[in-house]
Amino acid sequence: MSTEPSPGVPYLPPRATAADRAAAGAGATVDVDERRPALQLEDLQVAYAVRGIDRIVLRGVSFSIAPGEAFGLVGESGCGKSTTAYAALRYLPRNGRITSGHIRVDGNDITTFDKEQLRRFRAEEASMVYQDPGSSLNPTIKVGKQLVESFLVLGQSKPAARANALQALNRVQIADPARVMDRYPHQLSGGMLQRVVIAMALACDPKLLVLDEPTTGLDATVEAEVLDLVRTLRNETGAAILLIAHNLGVIRSMCDRVGVMYAGKIVEEGPAAKVFDDPQHPYTVGLLRSLPRQGRRKGQHSLATIPGTLPVLGADLPTCVFIDRCSLASDLCRSQEAPLVDLGGGRTTRCHHPDLIGTMLEAESTRVVVSQGETVLTIAGVSKTFRQAGHSVPALVGIDLSLADGETLGLVGESGSGKSTLAKAILGVHAPDLGGEMTLDQHQLASRIGNRSTDDIRAMQIIFQNPDSALNASWTVRRILKRSVRKLTGANSVDSDARVATLADHLRLSPRHLDMKPSQLSGGLKQRVAIARAFAGDPRIVVCDEPTSALDVSVQAAILNLLAELQSEQRTSYVFISHDLGVVRYLADRIAVMYLGRIMEVGSTDDIFGGPHHPYTEALLSAVPSVDGEPSTRIKLEGEIPSPANPPSGCVFHPRCPRRIDGVCNSIEPPIIEASLGHIIRCHIPAEQLRELQQSPASG
Amino acid sequence: MLRYILKRVALSLITLWLLVTIVFLMVSLLPSDIARNILGNTAPEASVIAFREEFGLTDPLLQQYGRLMKSLVTFDFGQSWSTKRPVWGMISAPLLRSTKLAALALILTTPISIAAGLIAAKYRDTRIDRAIVLTGLATSSIPEFVTGALLAVVFGVQLGWFESVATFPPGTSLIGQLDYLLLPASAMAIVYFGYIARMMRSGTIRALESDYTRTATMKGLTGGQVMWRHALRNSLAPTITVVSVQIGYLFGGIVGVELVYNYPGLSRVILDAVKDLDLPVLQVAVIIVGAIYMITTLLADLVIAWLNPRARLELGQQ
Repeated sequence: MSTEPSPGVPYLPPRATAADRAAAGAGATVDVDERRPALQLEDLQVAYAVRGIDRIVLRGVSFSIAPGEAFGLVGESGCGKSTTAYAALRYLPRNGRITSGHIRVDGNDITTFDKEQLRRFRAEEASMVYQDPGSSLNPTIKVGKQLVESFLVLGQSKPAARANALQALNRVQIADPARVMDRYPHQLSGGMLQRVVIAMALACDPKLLVLDEPTTGLDATVEAEVLDLVRTLRNETGAAILLIAHNLGVIRSMCDRVGVMYAGKIVEEGPAAKVFDDPQHPYTVGLLRSLPRQGRRKGQHSLATIPGTLPVLGADLPTCVFIDRCSLASDLCRSQEAPLVDLGGGRTTRCHHPDLIGTMLEAESTRVVVSQGETVLTIAGVSKTFRQAGHSVPALVGIDLSLADGETLGLVGESGSGKSTLAKAILGVHAPDLGGEMTLDQHQLASRIGNRSTDDIRAMQIIFQNPDSALNASWTVRRILKRSVRKLTGANSVDSDARVATLADHLRLSPRHLDMKPSQLSGGLKQRVAIARAFAGDPRIVVCDEPTSALDVSVQAAILNLLAELQSEQRTSYVFISHDLGVVRYLADRIAVMYLGRIMEVGSTDDIFGGPHHPYTEALLSAVPSVDGEPSTRIKLEGEIPSPANPPSGCVFHPRCPRRIDGVCNSIEPPIIEASLGHIIRCHIPAEQLRELQQSPASG
Repeated sequence: MLRYILKRVALSLITLWLLVTIVFLMVSLLPSDIARNILGNTAPEASVIAFREEFGLTDPLLQQYGRLMKSLVTFDFGQSWSTKRPVWGMISAPLLRSTKLAALALILTTPISIAAGLIAAKYRDTRIDRAIVLTGLATSSIPEFVTGALLAVVFGVQLGWFESVATFPPGTSLIGQLDYLLLPASAMAIVYFGYIARMMRSGTIRALESDYTRTATMKGLTGGQVMWRHALRNSLAPTITVVSVQIGYLFGGIVGVELVYNYPGLSRVILDAVKDLDLPVLQVAVIIVGAIYMITTLLADLVIAWLNPRARLELGQQ
């Protein structure tokens, strides 16, 4: 049953149809060999030299992608997926080198290419799209000139290159190409920039297109548009696609096949739907179980986590790479390298015990139920207007919200919707405009933090996305926590030592961790310390601003479990900001959907996901690619988020709303409709009609 | 943009005014007798009194200050206390000489340093890079009057290739002057080589490690195209700032070299003025050096803005 594949016999996917190949060959004179994969990695080993010593990053990676096929690589950070992506174009960091193995693109082994061959290969045959389009374009050169360059390297004349560049922008659905060509990168939005980068990548009609986290950092609706575009272009060009993404939903919605990487090896490979629905490697199982998916809620399940951490870079791993974290590990696993097992149907797994996968038990899950109590915080009519260059920019407009004891309120919306401004207004960092009112436990809150009592400050704390911004890098964890305890509770030195010990115990930080500095801790541990800091003074409310979006899914699961537990023990209320709807759905009891500084819809989590939805919520929900492969009809939004300095008339959402009623929505502010008790929608369309229009595609 | 320039000029004027006021206060509040100082110990008491009368040194401080301001605003700088010659006439020729020397030093050092920085960045961590970095460190840690003296001894006295005294006879042609100025200018150029090359190296390395040069490489551009079209523009900004600050510094740092080569430049004028507490001369000299400093930094910011549209945006918002 178990065999190592002989190198030289590539996996041949059945998907490459005649049409695909025709498309791939269109315009090229090369005769496309039916059996030749667009990309084939053979036992690729890459090492990074760190202080003169080679550390192995890729430990023999093999896979192949047929022309026109899309292959996804998933895995947590540090597993080697980005290194693999860049290696496919033979681009390694200065200290990196290929120690053995082959990379064949369209049959040519690019590991043997000299400088000029490599340059021509990159110019003519393979392209890449990067994470963070803002930094991948040169800030000092106009976008048009940078795009034209991609055509000039193909030997085209200047006028031809310019004409082709304009056409390429049309192809990536940019409305006014001539105007965009004349812009500098900082003058365009992230979504627009990524389109430009895609246009650059497609200039040579590549045989291989590598996308490295192409939508990470983009808003959900923009991400959906970019992914739609890639899908369309893939059908047009027939390029083989290698897609790297940490978001499993993105991979599932885009890829035919998927490889799961761990510690520099592909541990499982197969058709995307099969791998995600029926994982056959213990790591894949763990990864999928740690995701808040299928509408899971904290009241039903805690999330599974993968114990332990990824082996350090270049660690010596002579046996199974996953050994330290695997619940199936046996003596066999500890003594021999895991074999590659062919499961049939194009599926392989690298495991000694594939037959035992079905016996892996879900970790014991604790149900976290917090009964809702009294109202802790009320926000009534709070607005915040910034002054910028003589203009007033309303960032928050007439916010009304309340938060109950032990409740989690999710805040969702695209960037610029005012989520973080609202959080800062609650904390008193941004004093709101006059006229609004905030009360905490029935007493009025001063608008500015400087005017608040120590008790009020203690009662409201924040956890940031990036724990480094909250932790003093030159202090030990113990000192950081002790200072917070003393600042917030006024405890003396002895009492605060005891309190730090209790806190650490609660957050499962060992005494060893207390004597380390933040830089010595992993991202997950740092976030634990940041949470401990926030909980130092028994807060009533903790604002969580994207607390897990920089973390890997298994670490995210542990943090979400921790937050849920702390809440059930201490009845803390959370204001939870996140762009990940799965995470919000898991943790939040109620959700407020924000757009352009206004709350468009608020209701219980079931209401928000079950419908009827505000048209904006509907679009947001439909934009999220699901790892479960649920069919959803994407609702496309027109245009970009308008500037808050110059909000549209009537309903602020009307220019982008697919359900707008002309003559009404653009002139009259929408009324507040109550779809059900506590479920409020700001829309001109009556709730019943919304429900009929929507047939709830996203409800689980 | 125009608004920004006006604002910068206004700020510079305020700074210059502060500078002048501080110098005025220092000279005036010094517990020394200016007239006695200039005329010498042997001068009869009567002429000392006459001197004080002539230049209004007995007037209330505020009145003296007002007179000073008036002379500055009207560009009528009056006459020197010690030589009784018009101030402008005393300063203009040395200023021109110092400018020549500084300009030559800059012309010598800037292109070479920038090229060296680029090469070091391109071949970073190789022997070439280490050689350039070490040379830069060594040359910029030796003071210019030492380098100047060494150059004068070796190339002027021993080898006799150049003149070892910088004062050229009147009527020497511009090319002929080079023979006299090359050694002192080189002494300064050598010191600045280290600073400029180091900035250029680090700026270029940062540009070469950025995501946009990665994109440029992946497009299939050659190494040279990546360097010239994509990296250079971005790596120049910090270097331009350094060069502009150096220009102001050159006029101050020139003192040692001018002394070594016996060159009657601006620093000689300033030194004499300080020694004599010759306030009218000192004021104008200080203003000139300050103004040079401010103009060059403003120009540098404008060049950076021209190179980088994002910096342009920031300037527009200021």
